[in-house]
Amino acid sequence: MQVEIIETHHRPFSLARVSAITLNTLTELTRQKVFYILLIFALLLIGSSIFMARLSFQHEFQILKDVSLGAMSIFTSLLAIIATARLIPQDTEDRTVYTILAKPVPRLEYILGRLAGVLLLLAISILLMTAMFMAVLYTREQTVLHETLRQMAAAPREQLDDALRGVRSSALNVDLLPGIAIIYLKACLLTALTLFVSTFATTNIFTIAVMVFIYFIGHLQATAREYWLQETNASLIARIFLAVVALIFPDLQAFNLIDDIVVGAAIPLGLFAKTALLGIFYTTIYTLLAAFVFQGKEL
Amino acid sequence: MTRVVLLLAMVLAFGVMKLPAERALFMQHRQLRFRGVEFNLDLRQQIGQLGFIAALSGFRSIVADIFFIQAHVAWERTEWGRVFFLFRQVTTLQPHAILFWDMAAWHMGWNASVAALNDRTQPRLALRIKAQREYFALAKDLLQRGIENNPEKPQLYESLARLYKDKYKDHARASEFFAKAAALPGAPRYVKRFSAYELSYCEDREREAYERLRQLYDMGEDERLPTLITRLKFLEDKLNIPQDRRIPDTER
Repeated sequence: MQVEIIETHHRPFSLARVSAITLNTLTELTRQKVFYILLIFALLLIGSSIFMARLSFQHEFQILKDVSLGAMSIFTSLLAIIATARLIPQDTEDRTVYTILAKPVPRLEYILGRLAGVLLLLAISILLMTAMFMAVLYTREQTVLHETLRQMAAAPREQLDDALRGVRSSALNVDLLPGIAIIYLKACLLTALTLFVSTFATTNIFTIAVMVFIYFIGHLQATAREYWLQETNASLIARIFLAVVALIFPDLQAFNLIDDIVVGAAIPLGLFAKTALLGIFYTTIYTLLAAFVFQGKEL
Repeated sequence: MTRVVLLLAMVLAFGVMKLPAERALFMQHRQLRFRGVEFNLDLRQQIGQLGFIAALSGFRSIVADIFFIQAHVAWERTEWGRVFFLFRQVTTLQPHAILFWDMAAWHMGWNASVAALNDRTQPRLALRIKAQREYFALAKDLLQRGIENNPEKPQLYESLARLYKDKYKDHARASEFFAKAAALPGAPRYVKRFSAYELSYCEDREREAYERLRQLYDMGEDERLPTLITRLKFLEDKLNIPQDRRIPDTER
Protein backbone atom coordinates (compact mmCIF):
# COMPACT_ATOMS: atom_id res chain seq x y z
CA MET A 1 0.00 0.00 0.00
CA GLN A 2 1.34 3.30 -0.99
CA VAL A 3 0.79 6.16 1.39
CA GLU A 4 0.77 9.55 -0.17
CA ILE A 5 2.14 12.19 2.05
CA ILE A 6 0.89 15.62 1.24
CA GLU A 7 3.35 18.20 2.35
CA THR A 8 1.79 21.47 3.27
CA HIS A 9 4.27 24.24 3.11
CA HIS A 10 4.03 26.54 6.08
CA ARG A 11 5.03 30.08 5.26
CA PRO A 12 6.81 32.01 8.02
CA PHE A 13 4.67 35.05 7.17
CA SER A 14 1.26 34.95 5.59
CA LEU A 15 -0.89 37.91 4.64
CA ALA A 16 -3.93 35.62 4.55
CA ARG A 17 -3.48 34.75 8.24
CA VAL A 18 -2.98 38.42 9.13
CA SER A 19 -6.13 39.30 7.15
CA ALA A 20 -8.12 36.62 8.96
CA ILE A 21 -7.09 38.04 12.35
CA THR A 22 -7.75 41.57 11.09
CA LEU A 23 -11.30 40.77 9.99
CA ASN A 24 -11.93 38.87 13.18
CA THR A 25 -10.73 41.85 15.24
CA LEU A 26 -12.92 44.20 13.21
CA THR A 27 -15.97 41.99 13.73
CA GLU A 28 -15.28 41.74 17.46
CA LEU A 29 -14.87 45.49 17.82
CA THR A 30 -17.99 46.38 15.84
CA ARG A 31 -20.01 44.13 18.13
CA GLN A 32 -19.06 46.23 21.13
CA LYS A 33 -21.58 48.74 22.41
CA VAL A 34 -18.87 51.24 23.31
CA PHE A 35 -18.01 51.65 19.62
CA TYR A 36 -21.57 52.55 18.67
CA ILE A 37 -22.01 54.86 21.65
CA LEU A 38 -18.83 56.75 20.75
CA LEU A 39 -19.67 56.84 17.05
CA ILE A 40 -23.24 58.01 17.59
CA PHE A 41 -22.01 60.64 20.03
CA ALA A 42 -19.42 61.89 17.52
CA LEU A 43 -21.95 61.97 14.66
CA LEU A 44 -24.47 63.80 16.86
CA LEU A 45 -21.82 66.31 17.82
CA ILE A 46 -20.90 66.91 14.18
CA GLY A 47 -24.59 67.21 13.25
CA SER A 48 -25.37 69.56 16.12
CA SER A 49 -22.38 71.76 15.36
CA ILE A 50 -24.60 73.45 12.78
CA PHE A 51 -26.82 74.73 15.62
CA MET A 52 -23.85 75.60 17.81
CA ALA A 53 -22.37 77.58 14.94
CA ARG A 54 -25.56 79.63 14.60
CA LEU A 55 -25.00 80.97 18.09
CA SER A 56 -22.30 83.15 16.66
CA PHE A 57 -23.00 85.09 13.53
CA GLN A 58 -20.08 85.54 11.10
CA HIS A 59 -17.95 82.84 12.76
CA GLU A 60 -20.30 79.98 12.07
CA PHE A 61 -18.10 78.08 9.61
CA GLN A 62 -15.10 78.33 11.90
CA ILE A 63 -17.09 77.02 14.88
CA LEU A 64 -18.69 74.33 12.75
CA LYS A 65 -15.27 73.14 11.61
CA ASP A 66 -13.74 73.42 15.09
CA VAL A 67 -16.47 71.37 16.72
CA SER A 68 -16.59 68.75 13.98
CA LEU A 69 -12.85 68.25 13.66
CA GLY A 70 -12.51 68.32 17.46
CA ALA A 71 -15.20 65.62 17.72
CA MET A 72 -13.35 63.55 15.13
CA SER A 73 -10.08 63.96 16.99
CA ILE A 74 -11.56 63.10 20.41
CA PHE A 75 -13.51 60.13 19.07
CA THR A 76 -10.67 58.57 17.08
CA SER A 77 -8.17 59.05 19.94
CA LEU A 78 -10.60 57.57 22.49
CA LEU A 79 -11.52 54.68 20.22
CA ALA A 80 -7.87 53.97 19.42
CA ILE A 81 -7.02 53.72 23.11
CA ILE A 82 -10.16 51.99 24.43
CA ALA A 83 -10.50 49.46 21.60
CA THR A 84 -6.82 48.50 21.61
CA ALA A 85 -6.33 48.41 25.38
CA ARG A 86 -8.72 45.51 25.82
CA LEU A 87 -7.52 43.31 22.95
CA ILE A 88 -4.61 41.37 24.46
CA PRO A 89 -5.81 41.25 28.11
CA GLN A 90 -9.27 40.12 26.90
CA ASP A 91 -7.76 37.46 24.63
CA THR A 92 -5.65 36.21 27.52
CA GLU A 93 -8.61 36.17 29.88
CA ASP A 94 -10.88 34.42 27.37
CA ARG A 95 -7.98 32.12 26.41
CA THR A 96 -8.57 32.99 22.74
CA VAL A 97 -4.90 33.83 22.41
CA TYR A 98 -3.95 30.23 23.25
CA THR A 99 -6.29 28.87 20.57
CA ILE A 100 -4.79 31.22 17.98
CA LEU A 101 -1.15 30.72 18.91
CA ALA A 102 -1.57 26.94 19.22
CA LYS A 103 -2.04 26.97 15.46
CA PRO A 104 1.00 27.81 13.36
CA VAL A 105 0.41 31.54 13.70
CA PRO A 106 3.55 33.54 14.53
CA ARG A 107 3.11 36.08 17.29
CA LEU A 108 4.12 38.91 14.95
CA GLU A 109 1.18 38.04 12.71
CA TYR A 110 -1.15 38.04 15.69
CA ILE A 111 0.05 41.53 16.70
CA LEU A 112 -0.15 42.83 13.11
CA GLY A 113 -3.61 41.37 12.63
CA ARG A 114 -4.90 42.91 15.83
CA LEU A 115 -3.37 46.27 14.96
CA ALA A 116 -4.72 46.24 11.41
CA GLY A 117 -8.20 45.39 12.74
CA VAL A 118 -8.25 48.49 14.93
CA LEU A 119 -6.78 50.66 12.16
CA LEU A 120 -9.50 49.44 9.79
CA LEU A 121 -12.17 50.27 12.35
CA LEU A 122 -10.66 53.74 12.81
CA ALA A 123 -10.57 54.24 9.03
CA ILE A 124 -14.26 53.29 8.69
CA SER A 125 -15.19 55.59 11.59
CA ILE A 126 -13.25 58.54 10.22
CA LEU A 127 -14.76 58.03 6.76
CA LEU A 128 -18.26 58.07 8.25
CA MET A 129 -17.50 61.18 10.27
CA THR A 130 -15.87 62.92 7.29
CA ALA A 131 -18.92 62.19 5.12
CA MET A 132 -21.21 63.59 7.80
CA PHE A 133 -18.98 66.63 8.33
CA MET A 134 -18.73 67.40 4.60
CA ALA A 135 -22.50 67.02 4.17
CA VAL A 136 -23.19 69.42 7.07
CA LEU A 137 -20.62 71.93 5.82
CA TYR A 138 -21.83 71.77 2.21
CA THR A 139 -25.49 72.16 3.20
CA ARG A 140 -24.71 75.16 5.38
CA GLU A 141 -22.47 76.71 2.71
CA GLN A 142 -25.23 76.47 0.09
CA THR A 143 -27.75 78.02 2.49
CA VAL A 144 -25.42 80.92 3.33
CA LEU A 145 -24.61 81.47 -0.36
CA HIS A 146 -28.32 81.69 -1.21
CA GLU A 147 -28.96 84.03 1.72
CA THR A 148 -26.05 86.25 0.66
CA LEU A 149 -27.28 86.37 -2.94
CA ARG A 150 -30.77 87.31 -1.77
CA GLN A 151 -29.60 89.96 0.72
CA MET A 152 -27.09 91.54 -1.65
CA ALA A 153 -29.16 91.41 -4.82
CA ALA A 154 -29.05 95.18 -5.15
CA ALA A 155 -25.37 95.55 -4.19
CA PRO A 156 -22.66 96.32 -6.78
CA ARG A 157 -21.21 93.27 -8.55
CA GLU A 158 -17.78 93.80 -6.96
CA GLN A 159 -19.18 93.69 -3.41
CA LEU A 160 -21.35 90.69 -4.15
CA ASP A 161 -18.37 88.79 -5.59
CA ASP A 162 -16.28 89.65 -2.53
CA ALA A 163 -19.02 88.42 -0.20
CA LEU A 164 -19.51 85.16 -2.11
CA ARG A 165 -15.75 84.59 -2.28
CA GLY A 166 -15.57 85.16 1.50
CA VAL A 167 -18.27 82.55 2.16
CA ARG A 168 -16.67 79.99 -0.18
CA SER A 169 -13.17 80.41 1.23
CA SER A 170 -14.34 80.05 4.83
CA ALA A 171 -16.55 77.01 4.22
CA LEU A 172 -15.75 73.75 2.46
CA ASN A 173 -12.20 73.62 1.10
CA VAL A 174 -9.64 71.03 0.15
CA ASP A 175 -7.25 72.05 2.96
CA LEU A 176 -9.48 70.22 5.43
CA LEU A 177 -8.55 66.82 3.99
CA PRO A 178 -4.85 66.81 5.08
CA GLY A 179 -6.07 67.82 8.55
CA ILE A 180 -8.43 64.83 8.67
CA ALA A 181 -5.66 62.53 7.39
CA ILE A 182 -3.41 63.75 10.21
CA ILE A 183 -6.15 63.08 12.79
CA TYR A 184 -6.21 59.51 11.48
CA LEU A 185 -2.41 59.20 11.65
CA LYS A 186 -2.44 60.39 15.24
CA ALA A 187 -5.03 57.73 16.04
CA CYS A 188 -2.84 55.08 14.31
CA LEU A 189 0.11 56.17 16.45
CA LEU A 190 -2.00 55.94 19.61
CA THR A 191 -3.24 52.49 18.57
CA ALA A 192 0.30 51.15 18.11
CA LEU A 193 1.44 52.73 21.37
CA THR A 194 -1.56 51.32 23.26
CA LEU A 195 -0.84 47.89 21.78
CA PHE A 196 2.76 48.19 22.98
CA VAL A 197 1.66 49.17 26.52
CA SER A 198 -0.93 46.38 26.59
CA THR A 199 1.71 43.75 25.83
CA PHE A 200 3.18 44.19 29.31
CA ALA A 201 0.06 45.41 31.13
CA THR A 202 -2.12 42.94 32.96
CA THR A 203 -5.43 44.77 32.78
CA ASN A 204 -7.00 47.09 30.26
CA ILE A 205 -7.69 49.68 32.98
CA PHE A 206 -3.95 49.94 33.58
CA THR A 207 -3.32 50.36 29.85
CA ILE A 208 -5.99 53.06 29.52
CA ALA A 209 -4.64 54.93 32.58
CA VAL A 210 -1.07 54.81 31.23
CA MET A 211 -2.25 55.95 27.82
CA VAL A 212 -4.13 58.93 29.27
CA PHE A 213 -0.88 60.04 30.96
CA ILE A 214 1.07 59.46 27.75
CA TYR A 215 -1.53 61.47 25.84
CA PHE A 216 -1.02 64.52 28.07
CA ILE A 217 2.76 64.11 28.31
CA GLY A 218 2.93 63.66 24.52
CA HIS A 219 1.32 67.05 24.03
CA LEU A 220 3.94 68.62 26.31
CA GLN A 221 6.86 66.66 24.89
CA ALA A 222 7.88 69.40 22.44
CA THR A 223 8.08 71.96 25.28
CA ALA A 224 10.24 69.57 27.35
CA ARG A 225 12.44 68.73 24.36
CA GLU A 226 13.09 72.33 23.39
CA TYR A 227 13.84 73.26 27.01
CA TRP A 228 16.24 70.32 27.31
CA LEU A 229 18.05 71.12 24.09
CA GLN A 230 18.20 74.89 24.51
CA GLU A 231 18.37 75.61 28.24
CA THR A 232 21.91 75.08 29.48
CA ASN A 233 21.42 76.44 33.01
CA ALA A 234 18.98 73.73 34.13
CA SER A 235 20.11 71.36 36.89
CA LEU A 236 21.38 67.90 36.01
CA ILE A 237 18.30 66.17 37.44
CA ALA A 238 16.01 68.47 35.47
CA ARG A 239 18.00 67.83 32.29
CA ILE A 240 17.86 64.05 32.77
CA PHE A 241 14.11 64.22 33.40
CA LEU A 242 13.55 66.35 30.31
CA ALA A 243 15.76 64.07 28.21
CA VAL A 244 13.75 61.02 29.29
CA VAL A 245 10.47 62.77 28.39
CA ALA A 246 11.85 63.90 25.03
CA LEU A 247 13.30 60.50 24.12
CA ILE A 248 10.54 58.18 25.31
CA PHE A 249 7.32 60.00 24.46
CA PRO A 250 6.02 60.92 21.00
CA ASP A 251 5.48 64.57 20.05
CA LEU A 252 1.70 64.62 19.74
CA GLN A 253 1.57 68.39 19.16
CA ALA A 254 3.13 67.73 15.75
CA PHE A 255 -0.22 66.19 14.75
CA ASN A 256 -2.38 69.08 15.96
CA LEU A 257 -2.62 70.97 12.71
CA ILE A 258 -6.41 71.33 12.74
CA ASP A 259 -6.21 74.38 15.04
CA ASP A 260 -4.42 76.21 12.26
CA ILE A 261 -6.33 74.64 9.37
CA VAL A 262 -9.71 75.86 10.68
CA VAL A 263 -8.50 79.46 10.64
CA GLY A 264 -7.58 79.17 6.99
CA ALA A 265 -3.93 78.08 7.05
CA ALA A 266 -3.02 75.82 4.15
CA ILE A 267 -0.77 72.87 4.96
CA PRO A 268 2.15 72.74 2.52
CA LEU A 269 2.59 69.38 0.83
CA GLY A 270 6.10 69.02 2.26
CA LEU A 271 4.89 69.54 5.81
CA PHE A 272 2.04 67.11 5.32
CA ALA A 273 4.41 64.49 3.90
CA LYS A 274 6.87 64.91 6.79
CA THR A 275 4.08 64.67 9.38
CA ALA A 276 2.66 61.60 7.66
CA LEU A 277 6.11 59.97 7.54
CA LEU A 278 6.67 60.72 11.21
CA GLY A 279 3.28 59.19 12.04
CA ILE A 280 4.03 56.06 10.01
CA PHE A 281 7.50 55.86 11.58
CA TYR A 282 6.06 56.06 15.14
CA THR A 283 3.38 53.49 14.32
CA THR A 284 5.90 51.06 12.83
CA ILE A 285 8.36 51.36 15.71
CA TYR A 286 5.71 50.97 18.42
CA THR A 287 4.29 47.95 16.57
CA LEU A 288 7.75 46.36 16.38
CA LEU A 289 8.30 47.07 20.08
CA ALA A 290 4.92 45.50 20.86
CA ALA A 291 5.84 42.44 18.79
CA PHE A 292 9.21 42.22 20.58
CA VAL A 293 7.61 42.25 24.05
CA PHE A 294 4.83 39.90 22.98
CA GLN A 295 7.39 37.50 21.54
CA GLY A 296 9.00 37.08 24.95
CA LYS A 297 5.73 37.05 26.90
CA GLU A 298 5.00 33.84 28.80
CA LEU A 299 1.57 32.60 27.83
CA MET B 1 16.05 40.85 32.66
CA THR B 2 18.19 40.94 29.51
CA ARG B 3 15.02 41.40 27.50
CA VAL B 4 13.95 44.38 29.62
CA VAL B 5 17.37 46.02 29.24
CA LEU B 6 17.26 45.35 25.52
CA LEU B 7 13.77 46.85 25.30
CA LEU B 8 14.87 49.98 27.18
CA ALA B 9 17.88 50.30 24.88
CA MET B 10 15.59 49.98 21.85
CA VAL B 11 13.20 52.63 23.20
CA LEU B 12 16.08 55.04 23.83
CA ALA B 13 17.64 54.32 20.44
CA PHE B 14 14.27 55.04 18.83
CA GLY B 15 14.10 58.24 20.87
CA VAL B 16 17.47 59.37 19.55
CA MET B 17 16.43 58.50 15.99
CA LYS B 18 13.15 60.43 16.13
CA LEU B 19 14.59 63.54 17.79
CA PRO B 20 16.01 65.24 14.64
CA ALA B 21 12.79 64.58 12.69
CA GLU B 22 10.66 66.00 15.51
CA ARG B 23 12.87 69.08 15.79
CA ALA B 24 12.85 69.68 12.05
CA LEU B 25 9.06 69.50 12.04
CA PHE B 26 8.86 71.79 15.07
CA MET B 27 11.07 74.36 13.33
CA GLN B 28 8.95 74.19 10.19
CA HIS B 29 5.83 74.76 12.29
CA ARG B 30 7.49 77.79 13.85
CA GLN B 31 8.46 79.09 10.42
CA LEU B 32 4.88 78.72 9.21
CA ARG B 33 3.64 80.35 12.44
CA PHE B 34 1.80 77.20 13.54
CA ARG B 35 1.70 76.33 17.25
CA GLY B 36 1.34 80.08 17.85
CA VAL B 37 0.54 79.67 21.52
CA GLU B 38 2.97 79.65 24.43
CA PHE B 39 1.66 77.35 27.14
CA ASN B 40 2.79 79.21 30.25
CA LEU B 41 1.49 80.29 33.67
CA ASP B 42 0.02 83.48 32.26
CA LEU B 43 -2.18 81.50 29.89
CA ARG B 44 -3.07 79.06 32.69
CA GLN B 45 -4.30 81.99 34.83
CA GLN B 46 -6.24 83.42 31.93
CA ILE B 47 -8.15 80.34 30.83
CA GLY B 48 -8.47 78.32 34.03
CA GLN B 49 -7.30 74.81 34.78
CA LEU B 50 -9.85 72.90 32.68
CA GLY B 51 -9.41 75.15 29.69
CA PHE B 52 -5.66 74.87 29.99
CA ILE B 53 -5.78 71.06 30.09
CA ALA B 54 -8.13 70.97 27.11
CA ALA B 55 -5.93 73.38 25.17
CA LEU B 56 -2.87 71.29 26.05
CA SER B 57 -4.59 68.15 24.80
CA GLY B 58 -4.94 69.48 21.31
CA PHE B 59 -8.38 71.09 21.64
CA ARG B 60 -7.19 74.68 21.62
CA SER B 61 -9.62 75.80 18.92
CA ILE B 62 -12.66 74.27 20.64
CA VAL B 63 -11.74 75.98 23.94
CA ALA B 64 -11.41 79.25 22.02
CA ASP B 65 -14.88 78.71 20.48
CA ILE B 66 -16.43 78.06 23.88
CA PHE B 67 -14.94 81.30 25.22
CA PHE B 68 -16.13 83.06 22.08
CA ILE B 69 -19.71 81.91 22.62
CA GLN B 70 -19.44 83.07 26.26
CA ALA B 71 -18.18 86.44 25.02
CA HIS B 72 -21.18 86.62 22.70
CA VAL B 73 -23.52 86.05 25.66
CA ALA B 74 -21.62 88.68 27.71
CA TRP B 75 -22.05 91.12 24.82
CA GLU B 76 -25.81 90.51 24.77
CA ARG B 77 -25.81 91.37 28.48
CA THR B 78 -23.56 94.39 27.82
CA GLU B 79 -20.98 93.15 30.34
CA TRP B 80 -18.12 94.97 28.61
CA GLY B 81 -15.36 94.04 31.07
CA ARG B 82 -16.21 90.38 30.68
CA VAL B 83 -16.43 90.72 26.89
CA PHE B 84 -12.88 92.10 26.83
CA PHE B 85 -11.58 89.47 29.28
CA LEU B 86 -13.08 86.61 27.24
CA PHE B 87 -11.88 88.00 23.94
CA ARG B 88 -8.38 88.30 25.35
CA GLN B 89 -8.52 84.55 26.08
CA VAL B 90 -10.00 83.77 22.68
CA THR B 91 -7.33 85.70 20.80
CA THR B 92 -4.57 84.23 22.98
CA LEU B 93 -5.72 80.71 22.14
CA GLN B 94 -6.35 81.33 18.44
CA PRO B 95 -4.01 84.16 17.43
CA HIS B 96 -4.34 83.32 13.72
CA ALA B 97 -8.14 83.64 13.59
CA ILE B 98 -8.66 87.03 11.97
CA LEU B 99 -12.37 87.17 12.79
CA PHE B 100 -11.70 86.87 16.52
CA TRP B 101 -9.37 89.89 16.54
CA ASP B 102 -11.74 91.82 14.32
CA MET B 103 -14.79 91.00 16.41
CA ALA B 104 -12.98 91.80 19.67
CA ALA B 105 -11.88 95.19 18.33
CA TRP B 106 -15.34 95.92 16.96
CA HIS B 107 -16.94 95.26 20.35
CA MET B 108 -14.44 97.53 22.11
CA GLY B 109 -14.26 100.30 19.51
CA TRP B 110 -17.88 100.47 18.38
CA ASN B 111 -20.08 98.93 21.08
CA ALA B 112 -18.35 99.31 24.45
CA SER B 113 -17.15 102.83 23.61
CA VAL B 114 -20.67 104.01 22.71
CA ALA B 115 -22.06 102.38 25.84
CA ALA B 116 -19.40 104.17 27.91
CA LEU B 117 -20.27 107.55 26.36
CA ASN B 118 -23.98 107.01 27.03
CA ASP B 119 -23.47 105.61 30.51
CA ARG B 120 -26.24 107.20 32.61
CA THR B 121 -24.63 106.10 35.86
CA GLN B 122 -21.72 108.47 35.20
CA PRO B 123 -22.90 112.09 35.38
CA ARG B 124 -19.56 113.64 34.36
CA LEU B 125 -19.13 113.93 30.62
CA ALA B 126 -15.33 114.20 30.89
CA LEU B 127 -15.15 110.82 32.57
CA ARG B 128 -17.52 109.28 30.02
CA ILE B 129 -15.32 110.58 27.18
CA LYS B 130 -12.25 109.28 28.98
CA ALA B 131 -13.86 105.82 29.25
CA GLN B 132 -14.82 105.96 25.59
CA ARG B 133 -11.23 106.73 24.59
CA GLU B 134 -9.98 103.88 26.72
CA TYR B 135 -12.19 101.53 24.72
CA PHE B 136 -10.83 103.01 21.47
CA ALA B 137 -7.33 102.33 22.76
CA LEU B 138 -8.28 98.73 23.60
CA ALA B 139 -9.65 98.27 20.08
CA LYS B 140 -6.47 99.72 18.60
CA ASP B 141 -4.29 97.51 20.77
CA LEU B 142 -6.27 94.39 19.78
CA LEU B 143 -5.96 95.20 16.09
CA GLN B 144 -2.24 95.97 16.37
CA ARG B 145 -1.62 92.67 18.14
CA GLY B 146 -3.76 90.91 15.56
CA ILE B 147 -1.62 92.42 12.80
CA GLU B 148 1.57 91.36 14.59
CA ASN B 149 0.25 87.79 14.58
CA ASN B 150 -1.10 87.92 11.01
CA PRO B 151 1.01 90.42 9.09
CA GLU B 152 0.16 88.87 5.72
CA LYS B 153 -3.65 89.20 6.00
CA PRO B 154 -5.27 92.45 4.78
CA GLN B 155 -8.47 92.35 6.90
CA LEU B 156 -7.01 93.67 10.16
CA TYR B 157 -5.15 96.52 8.44
CA GLU B 158 -8.51 97.50 6.95
CA SER B 159 -10.21 97.32 10.35
CA LEU B 160 -7.48 99.45 11.94
CA ALA B 161 -7.89 101.95 9.12
CA ARG B 162 -11.64 102.11 9.82
CA LEU B 163 -10.94 102.66 13.52
CA TYR B 164 -8.64 105.58 12.71
CA LYS B 165 -11.17 106.97 10.23
CA ASP B 166 -14.39 106.61 12.22
CA LYS B 167 -13.25 106.88 15.82
CA TYR B 168 -9.98 108.82 15.90
CA LYS B 169 -10.80 110.93 12.80
CA ASP B 170 -7.16 110.49 11.87
CA HIS B 171 -7.35 110.45 8.07
CA ALA B 172 -3.60 110.21 7.50
CA ARG B 173 -3.29 107.03 9.58
CA ALA B 174 -6.50 105.66 8.06
CA SER B 175 -5.08 106.21 4.59
CA GLU B 176 -1.80 104.59 5.60
CA PHE B 177 -3.50 101.41 6.84
CA PHE B 178 -5.92 101.19 3.90
CA ALA B 179 -2.84 101.41 1.67
CA LYS B 180 -1.08 98.68 3.66
CA ALA B 181 -4.16 96.46 3.28
CA ALA B 182 -4.32 97.19 -0.46
CA ALA B 183 -0.70 96.10 -0.91
CA LEU B 184 -1.42 92.61 0.42
CA PRO B 185 -2.69 89.68 -1.63
CA GLY B 186 -6.40 88.98 -1.27
CA ALA B 187 -7.32 92.59 -0.41
CA PRO B 188 -10.65 93.86 -1.80
CA ARG B 189 -10.28 96.39 -4.62
CA TYR B 190 -12.08 99.15 -2.72
CA VAL B 191 -9.37 99.52 -0.05
CA LYS B 192 -7.04 101.18 -2.53
CA ARG B 193 -9.80 103.70 -3.31
CA PHE B 194 -10.51 104.21 0.38
CA SER B 195 -6.86 104.96 1.01
CA ALA B 196 -6.95 107.71 -1.60
CA TYR B 197 -10.27 109.10 -0.26
CA GLU B 198 -8.81 109.34 3.24
CA LEU B 199 -5.69 111.04 1.96
CA SER B 200 -7.86 113.62 0.23
CA TYR B 201 -9.04 114.82 3.66
CA CYS B 202 -5.48 115.41 4.88
CA GLU B 203 -4.29 118.99 4.72
CA ASP B 204 -0.96 119.45 2.92
CA ARG B 205 -1.28 116.09 1.19
CA GLU B 206 -3.86 117.10 -1.37
CA ARG B 207 -1.41 116.87 -4.26
CA GLU B 208 -0.53 113.27 -3.42
CA ALA B 209 -4.22 112.44 -2.95
CA TYR B 210 -5.05 114.03 -6.29
CA GLU B 211 -2.38 111.98 -8.10
CA ARG B 212 -3.70 108.76 -6.59
CA LEU B 213 -7.35 109.52 -7.27
CA ARG B 214 -6.55 110.53 -10.83
CA GLN B 215 -4.59 107.31 -11.31
CA LEU B 216 -7.62 105.34 -10.15
CA TYR B 217 -9.92 107.38 -12.39
CA ASP B 218 -7.70 106.64 -15.39
CA MET B 219 -7.93 102.92 -14.69
CA GLY B 220 -11.40 102.84 -16.24
CA GLU B 221 -15.16 102.98 -15.71
CA ASP B 222 -15.16 100.49 -12.84
CA GLU B 223 -13.24 102.89 -10.63
CA ARG B 224 -15.22 106.02 -11.53
CA LEU B 225 -17.58 105.87 -8.58
CA PRO B 226 -19.52 108.91 -7.28
CA THR B 227 -17.33 109.46 -4.20
CA LEU B 228 -14.14 109.28 -6.28
CA ILE B 229 -15.45 111.83 -8.77
CA THR B 230 -16.65 114.16 -6.00
CA ARG B 231 -13.28 114.07 -4.22
CA LEU B 232 -11.39 114.45 -7.47
CA LYS B 233 -13.46 117.51 -8.45
CA PHE B 234 -12.94 118.99 -5.00
CA LEU B 235 -9.16 118.57 -5.28
CA GLU B 236 -9.07 119.90 -8.84
CA ASP B 237 -10.68 123.09 -7.55
CA LYS B 238 -8.49 123.31 -4.50
CA LEU B 239 -5.24 122.65 -6.38
CA ASN B 240 -6.23 124.87 -9.32
CA ILE B 241 -5.67 122.12 -11.84
CA PRO B 242 -5.73 123.56 -15.40
CA GLN B 243 -9.03 123.08 -17.20
CA ASP B 244 -7.55 120.93 -19.96
CA ARG B 245 -6.27 118.39 -17.39
CA ARG B 246 -9.48 118.16 -15.40
CA ILE B 247 -11.96 115.30 -15.72
CA PRO B 248 -14.99 116.10 -17.89
CA ASP B 249 -17.79 118.05 -16.25
CA THR B 250 -20.27 115.43 -17.40
CA GLU B 251 -18.84 113.28 -14.61
CA ARG B 252 -19.96 115.84 -12.04
